Amino acid sequence: MGSYLLRRLLIALPSLLGISVVLFTVLALAPGDPFADLALNPNVPAEVKAALRAKFGLDDPVWQRYFRWLFAMLQGDWGFSFISRVNVDTLILQRVPTTLAVIGASQLLALCIALPVGIYSAVKPYSLFDRIASSLAFVGFSLPTFFTGILLILIFSIKLDWLPFVYRADLTSTGLAWWAEQIKQSIMPVMVLGLFQGASWTRYVRSSMLDVVRLDHVTTARSKGLSERVVVMKHIVRNALIPVVTLVALTMPQVFGGAIVTEQIFRVPGIGSLLIDAILRNDTPVIMAVTFVFSCLVILFNLIADLLYGWLDPRISFR
Amino acid sequence: MNESELRRLVDAVAAGELPRRGFLERMLGLGLSAPLAAAMLAQAGVAQAQPAAPAYAPTKRGGGGVLKLLFWQGPTLLNPHFATGTKDQEGSRPFYEPLARYDTDGQLVPVLAAEIPSAANGGVAANGLAVTWKLKKGVLWHDGQPFTADDLVFNWQYATDPAAAAYTVGLYEGVKRFEKLDAHTVRIVYERPMPGWQPLSTVQLIPKHVFAGFIGAKSREAPANLKPVGTGPYLFAEFKPGDLVRGTLNPQYHQPNRPFFDSVELKGGGDAPSAARAVLQTGEYDFAWNVLVEDEVLRRMESGGKGRVVVSPGGTTEYIQLNAADPWVETEGERAHPKSRHPILSDAAVRQALTLLVDRKSIQQFVFGRAGVASVNILNNPARYNSRNLKTEFNIDKANAVLDAAGWKRGADGVREKGGRKLRLVYQSSINALRQKVQAIFKQACGKAGIDIEIKGITAAVFFSSDVSNPDTIGKFWADLQMYAFSRGPDPARFMQNFVSWEMSAKANKWLAMNRGRWVNAEYDRLFKASETELDPVKRADMFIRMNDIVCSDGHVLPIVFRPQMDAVANKLVAPLTGWDTALSAIHDWYRET
Repeated sequence: MGSYLLRRLLIALPSLLGISVVLFTVLALAPGDPFADLALNPNVPAEVKAALRAKFGLDDPVWQRYFRWLFAMLQGDWGFSFISRVNVDTLILQRVPTTLAVIGASQLLALCIALPVGIYSAVKPYSLFDRIASSLAFVGFSLPTFFTGILLILIFSIKLDWLPFVYRADLTSTGLAWWAEQIKQSIMPVMVLGLFQGASWTRYVRSSMLDVVRLDHVTTARSKGLSERVVVMKHIVRNALIPVVTLVALTMPQVFGGAIVTEQIFRVPGIGSLLIDAILRNDTPVIMAVTFVFSCLVILFNLIADLLYGWLDPRISFR
Repeated sequence: MNESELRRLVDAVAAGELPRRGFLERMLGLGLSAPLAAAMLAQAGVAQAQPAAPAYAPTKRGGGGVLKLLFWQGPTLLNPHFATGTKDQEGSRPFYEPLARYDTDGQLVPVLAAEIPSAANGGVAANGLAVTWKLKKGVLWHDGQPFTADDLVFNWQYATDPAAAAYTVGLYEGVKRFEKLDAHTVRIVYERPMPGWQPLSTVQLIPKHVFAGFIGAKSREAPANLKPVGTGPYLFAEFKPGDLVRGTLNPQYHQPNRPFFDSVELKGGGDAPSAARAVLQTGEYDFAWNVLVEDEVLRRMESGGKGRVVVSPGGTTEYIQLNAADPWVETEGERAHPKSRHPILSDAAVRQALTLLVDRKSIQQFVFGRAGVASVNILNNPARYNSRNLKTEFNIDKANAVLDAAGWKRGADGVREKGGRKLRLVYQSSINALRQKVQAIFKQACGKAGIDIEIKGITAAVFFSSDVSNPDTIGKFWADLQMYAFSRGPDPARFMQNFVSWEMSAKANKWLAMNRGRWVNAEYDRLFKASETELDPVKRADMFIRMNDIVCSDGHVLPIVFRPQMDAVANKLVAPLTGWDTALSAIHDWYRET
């Protein structure tokens, strides 16, 4: 186990390096620069634009810029945003709590829907409940979040005027009032993301359950006269959840990465909106940092998923 | 209208025969900006009308609750000297203040200045070489330090340090030095007679005692870049780049009974339509900045009854620019070399035909609505347009006749040609729903006249960038026509520099220079040079009108619409807005009616 972990971590290093090279090259090849706003500002003379390009090193060859970035990164210096001139790590840290709260809550909601609904549908396949749940699940993951988001705004904000559609990270109230406001403004973004994710996970849990239900050990358990509850929970669910756990672990990096579209619609100041703003303005250091952290998390959670797999299923051993 | 007529009008105002406002409106109709017109009166010794002081009702400071502002582009930094675009100038405005601001008519109104310098009060030297500013006394920075002449001088040093690459440096152009006369008086000495001294006064001022250690290359390290210490009506509370700016009431603010609101919250992000919706339909926010939304949609939202759209005329004109150089063939190893001439567009008949094919009326009616008023001038406020100098019409038949006469014959495919060259043009602009509609309308009209237009849309981040390696930038202009909007302050001098021959965009200057069309006109150059030192505002105004006429009648530029600023404002909110300054330039005067 220990040597396996070490080996995996060592393999991760070159992959991360490779990822960073690809990211950097793609960004460097992408057209445009961070100074589009200046082009139409008659008060900014050409010398200032040229000086800025030089100052930010945009005129240097790509490989030079890459190594500068890499060495700084190795020393823990993430660089600063060309647009806001704030250190990138500060920018990201500012956005983390909101992202964790909103995306985390939506993933929890998704799990809370997917597990019971998926399990119950599989226990009673092709029942009325299963049919309704399946139809809703199909509707759920067929509708894109940008559509459901706007639909919810139209219904709950504009027609009914119940919920705000601008998410504020700076609620000034305290205590219970703060929680009430926080929940009120989080309902729509969390629902949009949670229901979408929950719908697809429901299908996944159901099919994985159905695979196990047919196995011999379940029949044996039933013939031993075990209660239905024990059969389902101990003999079916535990086995069926192994692939589900992997799936959930692999989507965890998204909790960090945020949801670009939904964050934009509800103005949630998360990592997703930071990333899209940075992309639109060609703010290379921010794009690099966010995507790089994201790839680290993907690799990390892949490893965690593999480890979990072995823990859940003792037949799998690490070599 | 010529110089003598202008003089007659100025005299009429001085004699009280013509109301001041009437004069301003006539000047606007001529394509003169309001501030310029106001400056003409000031120079002639006509008393400044009391700056239309907005009737400010609140009788005490505070008590107004939260002022919630929504900006679909959130401010990303709060140091006004590095404000990339308007959004950043807006973000720092609740905290920092300039010497003066522009009001709705484009006149300077003092903020940190005690009065606006003029020839009458001795502030503007007769030879135009110096302007003396008297500062308001008793103004305190947020940390309790007094605001003095040293601060004003410091801002000049800070902005003009080459290592800082400050964006405000252009506003200090022509300044020889700042002289501190006493603790509250500063004389700005210019290298040459400076008629356009006004824009400099709108720079938001930062405190010397906070930024003194962070000049030049160290400018990025100043902690106050993220925590402004200004003189403004609100004290800094919180800043998250791109998302949020929050301020609380400044109990020591230098204007009585202001501000009305206890705190201000500026939220960024999202898109323009939903920002407009949050003010006009749901009333979640009090103010949404720059609602670039189709007018039809805005009108529907306004019917919700929670807010209104306020249209503030400023100086933005959307226009098509013709390439004077040849973008398709390399001359001395460079496409669109300033020395080359465009094979098709150098034909005056083609340019004349193109001017006849801009259907401004339809573009205003079906594309822009209130957000764009048809215009044939680049320097103007065409809401009251009735120039005698320029008349352009939309006339496809006439365009056909002009092209026929010039020998452009229609080919079998309906596209004209002459000397084996097809009349085909590439027309580029940035990607933006409104612009693509304008492109389509123009293309259709041109098609009827036998001109084949190829439309090209380029992402804004690329089109407006200064990326040397990209062929699609506005500076390279490797196409035949391009369209964009240029916003400018009230003084036209900087903008008019876009058409002078020594500013030609080329490889040598990394395509960063302003004359992107590589247009050359000796008469224009001469007029511009003369205007730079012309102290008589009437003569100077006449020069700008003539420059405008030359560049437009030549067909080098096809103005389309004049674009005022559009903001959404909640019903009860009283917010004096102007198109000449930042939307929040009068935020100290904002209040909510009860």
